[in-house]
Amino acid sequence: MSTTPLIPETGKPVRGAFKRRQSLGRQLVADFARSPAAMGALIVAILLVLAAIFAPLITPQNPYDLLQLDVLDARLPPGSMNGAGTHAYWLGTDGQGRDLYSAMLYGLRLSLSVGLGSAVIAGVVGTVFGLIAAYAGGKVDSLIMRLVDLLLAFPSILVAMMLLAFLGKSVTNVVLTLVLIEWAYYARTARAQALVEARREYVEAARSLAIPNWRIVLVHILPNCLPPLIVVGTLQVARAITLEATLSFLGLGVPITEPSLGLLIANGYQTMLSGEYWTSVYPGLALLAMLVSINMVGDRLRELLNPRFVK
Amino acid sequence: MSGWLVRRIAQAAFVVLLMTLIVFIGLHAIGNPIDILIGQDVDQVDRARIIAQLGLDQPLWKQYLAFLAGAMHGDLGNSFVYNEPAIRLILQRLPATLELAVSALLLALVIGIPLGLFAGLHPRNPLSKMLMTGSIVGFSLPTFWVGLMLIMLFSVKLGWLPASGRGATASLFGVQWSWLTLDGLRHLILPAVNLSLFKVSLVLRLTSAGVREVMPMEHVRFARAKGLSPTRVVLVHILRNTLIPLVTVIGLEFGSTIAFAVVTETVFSWPGAGKLILDSINALDRPVILSYLIVVVCMFVSLNLFVDILYKFLDPRVRLEGAR
Repeated sequence: MSTTPLIPETGKPVRGAFKRRQSLGRQLVADFARSPAAMGALIVAILLVLAAIFAPLITPQNPYDLLQLDVLDARLPPGSMNGAGTHAYWLGTDGQGRDLYSAMLYGLRLSLSVGLGSAVIAGVVGTVFGLIAAYAGGKVDSLIMRLVDLLLAFPSILVAMMLLAFLGKSVTNVVLTLVLIEWAYYARTARAQALVEARREYVEAARSLAIPNWRIVLVHILPNCLPPLIVVGTLQVARAITLEATLSFLGLGVPITEPSLGLLIANGYQTMLSGEYWTSVYPGLALLAMLVSINMVGDRLRELLNPRFVK
Repeated sequence: MSGWLVRRIAQAAFVVLLMTLIVFIGLHAIGNPIDILIGQDVDQVDRARIIAQLGLDQPLWKQYLAFLAGAMHGDLGNSFVYNEPAIRLILQRLPATLELAVSALLLALVIGIPLGLFAGLHPRNPLSKMLMTGSIVGFSLPTFWVGLMLIMLFSVKLGWLPASGRGATASLFGVQWSWLTLDGLRHLILPAVNLSLFKVSLVLRLTSAGVREVMPMEHVRFARAKGLSPTRVVLVHILRNTLIPLVTVIGLEFGSTIAFAVVTETVFSWPGAGKLILDSINALDRPVILSYLIVVVCMFVSLNLFVDILYKFLDPRVRLEGAR
């Protein structure tokens, strides 16, 4: 038996004495699980991601394939059977006879790919620029950081509207726009963290071993910058999804042939006032569930990974 | 202090100038507004005449210089679509947007500060935990969708509040305002609530975080030890110290509220500047897009400046640093 450290006065074991010996990742998972709400959110997020990935397998029709749509089935309320009697429209249909449930899962697919894709690309670009700024210092640093400040000073929606007006509607352009807006958040975080890490002793130790600078930055400093970057990344995924949905709603985002959740809501808006509430309500609920679960996971990660909150 | 101010103003002017240049080039890259403005059946002679009339036959740098020269006189060009001075179009619609944004921010403060104060003072209370989780939901709510749901519930199902437009307005200082009439106020409620949701969560979280940060500080403990009433400790010693970061953020958020008003204005058909800019983007109405950006950026830059100055007065530490 190993000896458990005891608090001298009470004789009780010191809380968390053995936790320290676990790997950092495992401890994070254990700490994360202590919040039931965050755990629930994580499960919802995973389920939604799975539903988006396997959308073709669990939906009765491909909403982008016009041959599978039946105009006679347009605007059916939730629960109606289709004309051929082969499957039910659980959540009703829209103006083109498109099964809303299928359209939502495909829309979720698009929203998620845009959100995750732009967050990952922006994360890589921003981190590289942040590290360059921190490493180079001087003029390069102030140039990059001025640019970041300028970008962050403007509201994202305004920048996005302008960029999309310049670039035109397409999924690629939406991702490009989101990357151009988001990289600044990562750059700022990466730079700040890298500057802190660069003064640590392990970096000094690595230097004294004559390890090349690029190796110190990539192998020693970068991994230690990851925790705050992961937090920023999680929250940025949610932001990107919101922004994409908003832009699509305004008619500046994805093209009408590939409706994301935002565009589905916008399309539903036109019929909503005549009583066909489902075309707007359900895609919105799916979007909300996605955003709330991602944000709750991100918030919990921030609590755990931000040293200011650790008790 | 005055040297600092001059430097800041010069910096701000440079940002505005840079922005006009980038947007000017960008707007040129996206295509020719002529194709949208006139139909296919217009013959070549008329086409050339209209292009020359709008000044689109000049090289880009000449167009830019002409624009700058006009801007110095307050003339930002005529709208291609409305054939009216672009700046007048913007300024006509700006009060509606300002009214909406200010109402939304006020709502956010009135709801957010008390709730945040409660959540900060009693962090272990189940209600506080609910509030904090609720604020995450508030952050996540897509504004446009909530707007639609508000319309559906309060206008379509319950019929309590109107769904679109500004309603009756009354004139004050030569500008039309909705909040001066009862009908206007009724029209204002839903859009203002819609626009404020995100900010309520923000204010709530900021206040709560600030309170939790200030509470364990020595001056608060000292005030308690002195036997001051809890109300006085909370209001004077805790809340006042949380207001400083709050003022900064709210000042900066005002600009983004105006920008995000585009969404709310679209949903509620609120006749503000946001609706105008969206239509102008779709019609490639360059002068209006450019004027809108200039107005908004100027507003932004001056807000930043104002917050910086305000900060100096609110926080003695910053004030002293500036004096040294």
